This record gives sequence, C-alpha cells and structure tokens, in this order.
Amino acid sequence: MDKNYFFEDTITADEKRVDGVAKVTGAATFSAEHTIPGLTYAVFVCSTIARGTIKNMVLAKAKNAPGVIDIIYYLNCPVVPGYTSEIKEKNQRERVLNGLNVFADNIVYSNGQPIALVIADTWERAVYAASLVKVEYIEEKPETDFDNLMQKAEAPGWGGTYKRGDEDAYKKAEVMIENEYSIPAETHNPIEPHATVAVWEKNDKLVVYDKTQGPKSTQGDLALLFGLKRENIQVITEFVGGAFGCALRTWPHTPAACIAAKKIGRPVKLVLTREQMFTMVGYRPISWQKIGIGASRDGKLTGITHHAISNTSRYEQFSESIVDPSQNLHDCPNVNTSYKTLALDINTPIWMRGPGPATGCFALESALDELAYKLNMDPIELRLKNYAEVHPQNKLPWTSKHLKECYELGREKIGWHNRPSVPGTLKENGMLTGYGMGVGVFWAGRSSATARGTLYADGMFVLQSAISDMGPGTTTAMVSIAAEQMGLPPDKIRFELGNTDFPTGPTQGGSGSTTAVGTAVTLICEAMQVSLKEMAIESVPGFKNYKPEELDYKNGKVSAKTNSSTSISYTDIIKQSGKPELQVSKSTESFAQRDKYAMNSFSAHFVKLHVHPVTGVITLKKIVAVADCGRVISETTARSQMVGGAVGGIGMAMHEETLMDHHSGRYINANLADYHVPVNADIPAIDVLFVNKPDNIISPTGAKGIGEIALVGVAPAVANAVYNATGKRITRLPITPDKLI
Amino acid sequence: MINFEYSRTSSVKAALDVLAKNPGASFIAGGTNLVDLMKKGVATPQRLVDINNLPLKQISIDAKGLTIGALALNSDVAENEKVKKNYPLLVQAINAGASAQLRNMATIGGNIMQRTRCTYFYDTTLPCNKRKPGSGCGALKGYNRMHAIFGASDKCIAVQPSDMSVALAALDATVMVSSSKGERKIPFTDFHRLPGDIPEKDNNLQPGELITAIHVPVNSFNKNHYLKIRDRASYAFALVSVAVALKVNGNIIQSARLAMGGVAHKPWRLKQAEEMLTGSAIHDLSFAKLTDNIMQDAKTYEHNAFKIKLGKAAIAEAINKALQ
Repeated sequence: MDKNYFFEDTITADEKRVDGVAKVTGAATFSAEHTIPGLTYAVFVCSTIARGTIKNMVLAKAKNAPGVIDIIYYLNCPVVPGYTSEIKEKNQRERVLNGLNVFADNIVYSNGQPIALVIADTWERAVYAASLVKVEYIEEKPETDFDNLMQKAEAPGWGGTYKRGDEDAYKKAEVMIENEYSIPAETHNPIEPHATVAVWEKNDKLVVYDKTQGPKSTQGDLALLFGLKRENIQVITEFVGGAFGCALRTWPHTPAACIAAKKIGRPVKLVLTREQMFTMVGYRPISWQKIGIGASRDGKLTGITHHAISNTSRYEQFSESIVDPSQNLHDCPNVNTSYKTLALDINTPIWMRGPGPATGCFALESALDELAYKLNMDPIELRLKNYAEVHPQNKLPWTSKHLKECYELGREKIGWHNRPSVPGTLKENGMLTGYGMGVGVFWAGRSSATARGTLYADGMFVLQSAISDMGPGTTTAMVSIAAEQMGLPPDKIRFELGNTDFPTGPTQGGSGSTTAVGTAVTLICEAMQVSLKEMAIESVPGFKNYKPEELDYKNGKVSAKTNSSTSISYTDIIKQSGKPELQVSKSTESFAQRDKYAMNSFSAHFVKLHVHPVTGVITLKKIVAVADCGRVISETTARSQMVGGAVGGIGMAMHEETLMDHHSGRYINANLADYHVPVNADIPAIDVLFVNKPDNIISPTGAKGIGEIALVGVAPAVANAVYNATGKRITRLPITPDKLI
Repeated sequence: MINFEYSRTSSVKAALDVLAKNPGASFIAGGTNLVDLMKKGVATPQRLVDINNLPLKQISIDAKGLTIGALALNSDVAENEKVKKNYPLLVQAINAGASAQLRNMATIGGNIMQRTRCTYFYDTTLPCNKRKPGSGCGALKGYNRMHAIFGASDKCIAVQPSDMSVALAALDATVMVSSSKGERKIPFTDFHRLPGDIPEKDNNLQPGELITAIHVPVNSFNKNHYLKIRDRASYAFALVSVAVALKVNGNIIQSARLAMGGVAHKPWRLKQAEEMLTGSAIHDLSFAKLTDNIMQDAKTYEHNAFKIKLGKAAIAEAINKALQ
C-alpha cells in the first residue's frame, strides 16, 4: 500500500496535539455533554412545507404526552427584546444577527424551519411529543430550483460589479475560451452536531454551553437578543467537533434553548439532529458561474470576464466573494466581474471552508486549464507567464508570496513530466491516466486579539483567550509558539480557550486564529521575558549588578551572558520575588498596513488519477498539496489541515451534493448515508509540502493562515486531471461516473 | 412513546407461533435496516420477535450445493473459505454491499428483506406508495437518479438495494421458508416482485412465514464477476451493478448467468442475454448487440437516463472482467 505517503517527509517526533488524548479517549467535553442538575431536553418541531404560513398548531396531544414540560411556538413565545425593530436595526449595523427570529411569527421561509420547541424531562419523551404536534399550513408554491430561476438573481447591496481596463476584452483576444460552471449546495456536516445547553443562573445571568467558532460573538448576539450586558452572559465552548464554517454565527437553536430555559425556569439542552444540520446551520450556496478568458498566442492573459450567481434565502441576504480570484490571482490587465444573489425558499447559506475562492477557483482554474490546452501550453507555464509579482489591482507588494515555489515543489513531487500533453493518451494498467493542478488563494491578515498569560511558581505557564478551536489545532499551535518563545517544554504550557470569561479573542474563521492570537501570545512571552529579567535583578542575589541586556533568557532560565553559572529558573525568580505568579495580558490590533501591502496565502494542488475507460469510475492515485502559508508553527496540525482540506476538496470534486425535491422544497439526502463525503477507500496518498518561509509583515509569528487554502484549488485540480485523462471537461460538480461515460 | 413489545425465541416453531398470534409483529435479526426504519417512523411494528438465537447460522456445502442459514452473518459467509472457493460471485457481491461494520451485523435473511433506499420512502412527510399506499410516488416526477429502468409502475419506481440478491438471482438460488403450514421453497428470482399496483409488497413472502435458509445449487461456472458502479468507493448503493457467472470451455461459453442490480424492484435476471451468450466464442462477443437487446425494454425518468449507457458499459466490463 502506498498509504504510508500520508506521513512522509519530516515530522517533529515529539510534537503532539495537546488535546489529542482527551479527544480520542472521550475525556474531552463537547457542548452537548455538559450535565447540569435539573436539565431538561428540548426537541424542535420543524416545518414540512417550504413556503407559506402556519394556520394552526394542534398541541393538545403533545402537551398531554408523558414528561412534557412545555411547548413553545409563535403564539406563546415570551418577548425577546432583540426581536424588536429598534434593537434589530442596531444589530444589523453591527453584524448579521439571527436572520430568522425563531418563534417570532407564523411565516414559513424554508422546509425544516424550526416552528415549535417541545421540552420534556427526557430526550426520548421530547422526541415523541414533538411527533404528535400537528401543524396546519396555508401553503404557497416554493421556489427552490436554482437552475430554472437564475434569471431572477439580483445584485447584492455591495460588490456587485468590478472592472479594470476594458470590459469583455477576452472576446477580442487571439485565443479565447468561454465556459459555464455549476456547483451544488454542499452541507458542512461536521461530526459534532450543533448543541446548546442554556442555564439561567439568575433572571439576568445566563450561562450557555454552545458549539460555536466564536464564543465572544455568540455572547454579543445573545446580549443583544436578550437585552443583557455582555458580562452577564458566559458562553463556554471547550471543544468543537469540527465545523468548517457552520458554527460561524448564532443560529436560531441557540436563542431557542435560552428562551425555553427562561420560560420554564430550568436548564435546557437542545441538540440538532443530522437532518436539522442540513436545514438550520447553513451550507455552501448553490452557484453558477460563467468565465471567459482571452490571451495572446504566447499565453499572456489579455482579458478575464467572470460572472457568478449564488443563492441566498428569502429572509436574509447572504453573499460571498466568488469572483475575487479572477480579479487578483493571476496578472491580467482587463478584468470585469459581476456577482448576483438569488433568493430561494431555502434556509440561509453560510461560509464553508474556503468560502468564495473555493467556488471561484473551481471555475477560474478550470478555465485556465482549458485555455492552456487551446494555447498548447503547459498549465504551469501558463500560470508562470501570468504570475502576479504585485497585486494586479492596486499594484501593492505582497507581504510575501511563494506561489512559484509551490508550483516547483508540486510539479516535482507529483511527477508532472509524466503528464500527457494530449488528453486521453496515457494509460496505466488499462486505465486512462491524467494529471491536473489547481491554485488556491485566500485572504491573509491579522485580526485583533487579546490573551492573558500567567506563569505560576510551580512552573506552569497558562495562557487564556476566549476563542474556540474547531479542530485545526489552535491549542497545539499556541503551545508551540509559547514553548519556543519561553524556552519551556510544551508540557509546562497550557492554552485555555472556549470561555467568554477569558480575554477577547476573534471568531475562528478565515484562517486567522494563529496570526491573531499567536501575535498576542508572542507579545505576552516578550513581556514575560522583560519582567522576569527585571524581577531577577530586583529580587535575586547575584543578579543585582546586571542590566537586562546582559542577561540571557532560555531553557526556562535567566542567566548572565558572561557568566553562565549565574543562572536561575523562572519559577525560582517568582518564588524569590515573593509573588504567587507573574501575569501579563496583551492585545494586538488588527493588521493596519492594508494601504501598503497585499496579503494572501497561496496553495497549489496536484492530482494524479485513473479513469476507467468504460465505466467512468475515477480512482485517485495521488494528491500533492503545497502551501505557502508563511512559517509553519505546528507541523503536525498544519499537515492535518492540508490533508483534511484535500479530503474536503475531493468531496467537493467528486461526492458532495445537497439534493432537493423541488415539489416540496425539501432536502432529500439529509443524512450521512445519502449525502456522500469521501470514505477512506476514496482517498489516495496525500503528500503535503510547505514552502515554510515566514511572513514577518503580517505577524511576528511568521504565519499567514492555512485552513482555507488547504481546500481551495483541490476541486479544479481533480477536474483538470479528469480532462487530462479523458478529454472530458466536467464543469458541473460533483464529477460522478455517469458524467464520464 | 411508540411502545412495542419485544421477545426472544430460540426455536423456529416458537418464532412462528408468536408471529401467528401477533399479526403486527416483525422478526428482527441484525436490525441494520429495521431499527433505522423504526427510528424514522417508517416501520412501527407492535412487537419485535428477536430470532438471533434460532439455530439458523449454519454454512454448509455438500454435493448439491451451498446452504446458508438465514441468520448467518454476511461477513461470515463472505469470509468462509469454502464459499470463497466455490461461490466467488456470491462473496464479491456480499463484500460490495454496505460497510464492514454493517456486514458484521447483517444476516443473510435480513439482507434479502431490506427495504428500498428510495429517499421518498424514508421521509414520512413526502408521498410514497410503498410506505403509505395511495399517497403517490414522490420519485416519479421528483429526484429519481437512483431509480428503476426496468419493471417499474406508475405507482413505484424504487429499486431493490441488496447486492447479494443480484448474485443469488444469477446463481439460481432458492429461498427456504417455514410457516405453521409447513415448509416451501421459493426460487430466488420469484422471491422479490415488481411493484405493479401494490408497491408496499417487496416480495412474495406470505404472512406468517420465516426465511430459514438460502440454498445455492452447485455450479460449474469458472468465470465469475460482480461489478458495482457507485458514486463513491464504499458505503454507497449501486448506480448499476452486474453479476456474471460463466462456464467457459476452451474459447466457448457453455453456459451463462447474468443479472443486474440498481435497475429494478427486484434483481434483474437477463435470461435472453444468457441465451445469446451461450455458445459464443469469448473472443467474438458482440457487446453492442447484447446490451442493445438488454436495454430495449428500459424506461428512464428525468434523472436516470444515464443508466442505459452506464448499464451497457457495466455489462461489457463485468463480462470482460469475468473472462480475465
């Protein structure tokens, strides 16, 4: 088996995921696992129509079912201060808040919308009682069929069109191609379902155990909704079992649990079912794109036109930056783009790993591949020929860009020289064999963050920030940064997160945690160094006559540079200072030099695959994923991110498709048997390579961000390899066998 | 709660007695399908009769063929050395189904009793004549990519999902059935039925009957292959599948068995094609003629027209693979 490629190359032997043991032994406590005395169990009743109004709800049978405590719906829902127009208006200025005001009225916007909440003494009894609620609707014909309704799409409030140079310049080019691309809705489907445990400790004091990528953001939303001060709400998210973006905002189940807990005066637990994970917490929107690219005969791009439409819901606007890669990934003088959204009777989408560019790069990188064949040019050469040395739009220098190295590393590793220049001409063991590549790009930068570090006299260094770790290994990366900076072994460092009582940290999304929180941690460690030297000079005999710059700081000790025998451990410094601990808090502002630099992380993905010449079945043979993510902070978790992103990209390319019955507007594969994600047997050897050159402008950690570029570019690499193997250009994902026969 | 009674029995007679007295009862063995159906509210048996303790787990081979007890696990059959040697088609088909975890729980009798995977059947808010007779067929004008191209009716276009059943249909197996009236044998190709006007009935098992064993006659097929085309490499139902068993002597196909899965409400045995293959020279096979003939009766719907082309490709490939 060639599976051992999985962990090929160097890996730091002693680097471990700090939360790995807790996760695999079950010791980690996820949101739904918090047990509170007097806990009750809530289960949603969901709409079974996609559009209309609720005429009547017959609750008598359900209310009389054993163990039922209460049933909340639009007619008896307590007043939620945040639903009033004044606060709602204020909210919209600050952030997108609950587009759906759960239980606020009787309007049905989508199938599977929560319309009532049954609370009972056990989960089983709540499930049964929920099944007894009968709902009468005034039904309207839903509009859910994206393909047939596209002409109704409208420009969103912002960023509708973009132009530099001439419009549609590609049409006049010496060589041009034009194609349309479709991507179905994809549902995040993390292994952990969303869950909320709501506890009102006092009338105005709320504790919420909630699956969220941003504890502080959830705290802020709940404060606005319930008219409370932030400090009266504690959000706890110790562990998150994957999210990929679907926990980026406060969805209706979180306020629903809080409303219920308040109304019945007892703690309430509400866990979404897998089916509800499709109807309530977003998905990558359905999209259509059209790209035209023109070039001179020698391969210099002269024009790119990129139009995109993606869907939103009827009750709120959701948009994402699908066309951005066409504006700035490759150098081209004339670019025009347009973006529209189409409101459907479906629940609201949400960002999913690589949001925007993952969709846009499927079209752009497929189109470039198509152009390369038409130019009779190697696809890598075409990209090198149009390499953007500076940002193509604003001409700013990159904080760092090593995409050329990504091309070189990947080209070598995949064996690009074996790629046939004429599609369908290479066979291995009777299988059509193809190679393809695609480029990934995502915004890089740094948001604001605060962290607190406490060095205790027993030698433990504890860092805290109110962020969450949805799985990328933020905890491990922060420990790694602190270990290096402090000269301490990782087992002497603990990074605590997932609690709004800790200093404010950013929502985990957009590949920004390591740069933001890592910078705060770096600043804390630097301040610790200064303080420890000063404390040594002040309190430790033998150090009195030294100046701070004459002292060294490593391996957990402060020592004199000229006399290594004058040396003392951090813990002894604290002990001798007479203080119980040394505490430092540091904040970092968001990266401010946007007028001076352009900032992106980059990746290049390379795929080798086989296609059965008769049945069209694809077998992936190898993937090489190369990242320009700045300095790699934690190789173990960075590698896992790239492997996970590649697997997500395989799903996007070959498997994932959220299907809808357009008569009912109902998802018909809302389970993990019918909604396909890759299984182990689908996944080939994945080689992960890092350029590993620090970006010292974005953050002192040297990191740029990796989570999104791990997926962006994988799907076009697969599609391009399929074309190389078969001569068939598949522009409608997923690429299933029926499309290749 | 939707309460139900549960009892265990340890003899076939006792199991049949309980069923005779409780018409609303269901047998449960591995439960890999029934428990899901109960959770979704699709099946609501008043009583579950657990038959796992019945002495029906034997796998035996004699001069007449292979006899598999109804309670033998899918994985035990697929890993049995004698079965592997003598009935490779059956083993390939079993291993193509579900996942290793499910095969470790699922029984042979349960496998052939599994209900369709039509998504309209599983969602109790959508119409389905199989689940709720008279409510309509949601798939007919809905999403029907996975659905039948042979033998469907305007009441139901669902397909039978078992891979193993396709191989058993090809291998002329027999289902052994017991009831209070005695025992009877059902030829495998008559076990499942077409939907017609009563799609709620998957098979020809009568009320009060229990599957006790499946018999596969001894055969001399020396070229076998089960090909399953699916959307991912494992844990996915067939877009189409093909079971091929051939007896080849020299260059001549002396006898042939061919059946398809994923195309009908029952395993789709292709007897006319078998006759066309019989007597043919293996280097002189006209797949175009053969598969055109097979597909001439196919009727497709909005999303499954590809099954004709894919089906033809799969038949050719399966025969080629068997001959390799």
